[in-house]
Amino acid sequence: MKRLRAWIVRIAGLVPRQQREQGFADEIDSHLEMHVEEKMRAGMTREQARREAILRLGGVESTKQAYRERGTVPFFADLVQDLRFAVRQLGKNRGFAATAIAMLALGLCANLAIFAFVDAALIKPLPYWDSARLVSLFESNALGSRYHLSYPDYADWKSRNKVFQSMDVYEIDDGLTLTTSTGTQKAQGARVSGGFFHTLGVKPVLGRDFREGEDAASAPRTVMLSYAAWQSRYGGRADVLGETVTLDGAPNTIVGVLPADFHFSPAEPAEFWATLHPAAGTLNCRKCHSLYGIARLKDGVSVQQALAEMTSISQQLERQYPDSNRSRSATVVPLAEVIVGDVRPILLVLLGGAGLLLLIVCVNVSSLLLVRSESRRRETAIRSALGASRTRLMRQFVTEGMVLVVAGSVVGVACAYEAMRLLTRLIPVEMMDGMPYLRGLGLNAHVLLFAVVISLFVGVLFSLTPVLRLPGAGMREGLAEGGRGSAGTIWRRFGANLVVVELAIAVVLLVSAGLLGKSFYRLLHMDTGLQPDHLAMMRIGVDRNRYALGVDRNGYAKDEQLIALERQIVERIGSLPGVRSVGITNGLPVGDGDGIMQFQVEGRLQLREHNEANARRVSPGYFTTLQARLVRGRYFMEGEDASKPPVVIINRTMAAQYFAGEDAIGKRINVGGPPAMEVVGIVDDIREGPLDMAMRPAMYSPFSQGPDNDFAVVVRTSQEEGSVLKDISGTIHEIDRGIFTYGEVTMSDRINDSPAAYMHRSSAWLVGGFAGMALLLGVVGLYGVIAYSVSQRTREIGVRMALGAQRSTVYQLILKEAGWLAGVGIVAGLMCSVATGALMRRLLFNVRAWDVPTLAAVAAVLGVAAMVASYLPARRAASVNPVEALRAE
Amino acid sequence: MGDKADVWQGTLALMVLKTLETLGPLHGYGIARRIEQTSGDLLSLNYGTLYPALLKLEQEGAIASEWGVSENNRRAKFYKLTRAGVRQLEREARDWEQTTAILARFLSSKGEIA
Repeated sequence: MKRLRAWIVRIAGLVPRQQREQGFADEIDSHLEMHVEEKMRAGMTREQARREAILRLGGVESTKQAYRERGTVPFFADLVQDLRFAVRQLGKNRGFAATAIAMLALGLCANLAIFAFVDAALIKPLPYWDSARLVSLFESNALGSRYHLSYPDYADWKSRNKVFQSMDVYEIDDGLTLTTSTGTQKAQGARVSGGFFHTLGVKPVLGRDFREGEDAASAPRTVMLSYAAWQSRYGGRADVLGETVTLDGAPNTIVGVLPADFHFSPAEPAEFWATLHPAAGTLNCRKCHSLYGIARLKDGVSVQQALAEMTSISQQLERQYPDSNRSRSATVVPLAEVIVGDVRPILLVLLGGAGLLLLIVCVNVSSLLLVRSESRRRETAIRSALGASRTRLMRQFVTEGMVLVVAGSVVGVACAYEAMRLLTRLIPVEMMDGMPYLRGLGLNAHVLLFAVVISLFVGVLFSLTPVLRLPGAGMREGLAEGGRGSAGTIWRRFGANLVVVELAIAVVLLVSAGLLGKSFYRLLHMDTGLQPDHLAMMRIGVDRNRYALGVDRNGYAKDEQLIALERQIVERIGSLPGVRSVGITNGLPVGDGDGIMQFQVEGRLQLREHNEANARRVSPGYFTTLQARLVRGRYFMEGEDASKPPVVIINRTMAAQYFAGEDAIGKRINVGGPPAMEVVGIVDDIREGPLDMAMRPAMYSPFSQGPDNDFAVVVRTSQEEGSVLKDISGTIHEIDRGIFTYGEVTMSDRINDSPAAYMHRSSAWLVGGFAGMALLLGVVGLYGVIAYSVSQRTREIGVRMALGAQRSTVYQLILKEAGWLAGVGIVAGLMCSVATGALMRRLLFNVRAWDVPTLAAVAAVLGVAAMVASYLPARRAASVNPVEALRAE
Repeated sequence: MGDKADVWQGTLALMVLKTLETLGPLHGYGIARRIEQTSGDLLSLNYGTLYPALLKLEQEGAIASEWGVSENNRRAKFYKLTRAGVRQLEREARDWEQTTAILARFLSSKGEIA
């Protein structure tokens, strides 16, 4: 208790007070006086008495010191003193302080902002219970590994496997029709099997989860709301449970609301999570693929074991149902891979880039500190001559380093906060919907912890750098005026080499940025098989129920109605001013690459592998509107409908893959069943899937030989393409007010904003930004090194010139030093870049890691920048006046 | 001064408290002289060490200080015992007596087994 009291008093004593000092000085005075008086009474002279008194006291100053130390906490008192000194020092060197703090803030800002994304996407656990045991299930086929399952396959997988605790499926429905009292609208939803949320381990915040069997075809339809939909559409009312919502014309009872932090990116932004209710047609249809699976592994079962088991089950199914399941196998990957797998490589590359930038910053600031400690040799020597111990001197430098780091960190964290907000705002809404885990991004505990760790690391580094320079025994040399001879030897041996590291890092970042930029350019300028300018498009949804009045819901008998609608749309839009031609398709180019059909070439034995291709239904004017290139044969003709023989146009890839060495024209292709379609044309590849995906076989058949109720109209315009979109939707609503139009976009925007382009663009820009800063910092670093070296060698240069050296020789002397450093840095950097390029090849598109033009360009840019940076100090060196140089100091 | 004992750590505080209890409010020099006199000049007290000890006691609340005028009409800082100081003195004196009694018995036992 009394100890505590004493500590409190001592800590309060940290605040320096003149009064206390004075009080004690008075007390000592009065003590000495009393002592002197007494001694004088005993017969001493005043001088003798005073000497005796001071002797018995043990020295005035040391007594005061002991008293002072007891009065405060010495450690903290020194700290306060050092802090005051450090701040004063930095205040005197504003330029140095501002540069160092700004560089630190920059490095920290870049790292924290990127780390916040890494944390949100890769570190923060998914909002499911024990998400490490969750896997995602797909069917693989000849085209790739992540395709839909059919319902019967799902049922077999589920019943035959022994590796999963539970297994469920979902189906994404981004064109859900929501009927409310005010009309109908499109909404995003998903249909899931009964145990879906149970498998994920998600509990509703309101109401209940789906029950087993509630997804059966005959069960009453139930739906759960996303938290966002509950808030926006129902105002967060608690009595929403039990209400009915009409989806795709059928009433669904609301049974629950999902938690606010729940997200499931494959289906986002799903508002309505309805039960599956497989239609009668799909229940036993192994060729109808529309489902994706999720499952929870049993304890102790690895993903590999699960994959092995599922592969063997699919082999059984393949033997059992060769017709539908040939070449179809299972894909089992961790669920996290599906949710954040796309962004992992780009985030890691960005984090790497930010880390390298921080490294450059550290090197630069360390160099500055090193130079400063050089110029403070005399100061430290005097301090140690006056009795400062080595540790005491070290503490002084550590405090100064820490002041810099703390100031830099505070500014850096503030900048990072802004940078995060800016970066998240730059992400388009549709991209953000696919990355719901980024929603809660911000300065959370993880990010702050990361900031503290970085700051500590940097702080230790900056504290140690000047300590390296602390004079050990060389105090006398330090005191010697100028200390020319030895000054800068350590610097030259150590500091100068740091700039090589810096330049090498700058090269790595520049090359990475160059490669990513080139990938992005190649991606945007790749041949998509169509002419993207003056092309606009819009998707059209036809309410199935209205157009299937009184007829079979599967929609065979409504064909005439849809064909008539299509004709009318083409005709009316084609006559709009500014519209040159109109095409219809049920699947737009540069999409997700889905819409796959199995086919057989007639007259051939079933091929060993399973044949699948992108299948599209298009109008006769579609290809001419896209300005696609016809390789052989012909396009579809007007009136080529169900009454005419079925025809198909295939793309070049399909022709090369399935009709190599023979003429595809006239061959017949079977999709599903007879009648077979005759190949009438080969069109040059049109990119149906993402830009960065390999080209796939595709087949196009006439819309009028198999219309779809969900299609898109594509328009070639003679004027600015965006301006006609309004007219188009107006015209369509004139034809029928009950048709939905959505997804209005121009082809250029569709390409530019496609996920592949976005990913490449953002990585190219961000790494480019880092590279630009690295270039600047690297060149400034080189300039600093050379300029410092020149200032150190002024005398030497003066002597040389006095002895007859030409100015050109001096230039040579300095430029040679700079050229050597820059050369080593660039060469080392180029070698590292090739390795780096190989590491990030997943992000590269049509560019090799050792892309010579990029490497050469970077070397040239850096070489020129380095020469400019060293030319300035070289000129100063060459203009040295030998007389002044020799007289100086 | 070789045959004079140095003041043990911790005992100085006890001596200060006892001095203040006996003599009432007193300045630093007076306390030092009194300790020396009481010990029969057997103790060598470095006066400089007294002041941090006084400050420590003051921080702990055992004593309080106040500027006043000395017997010789000189301005001096006077220290006096607080109530907490009185309690501390009682406790420490008791502890000290106990310790010395034990040690005394120990030293006089001359190897007999108790």
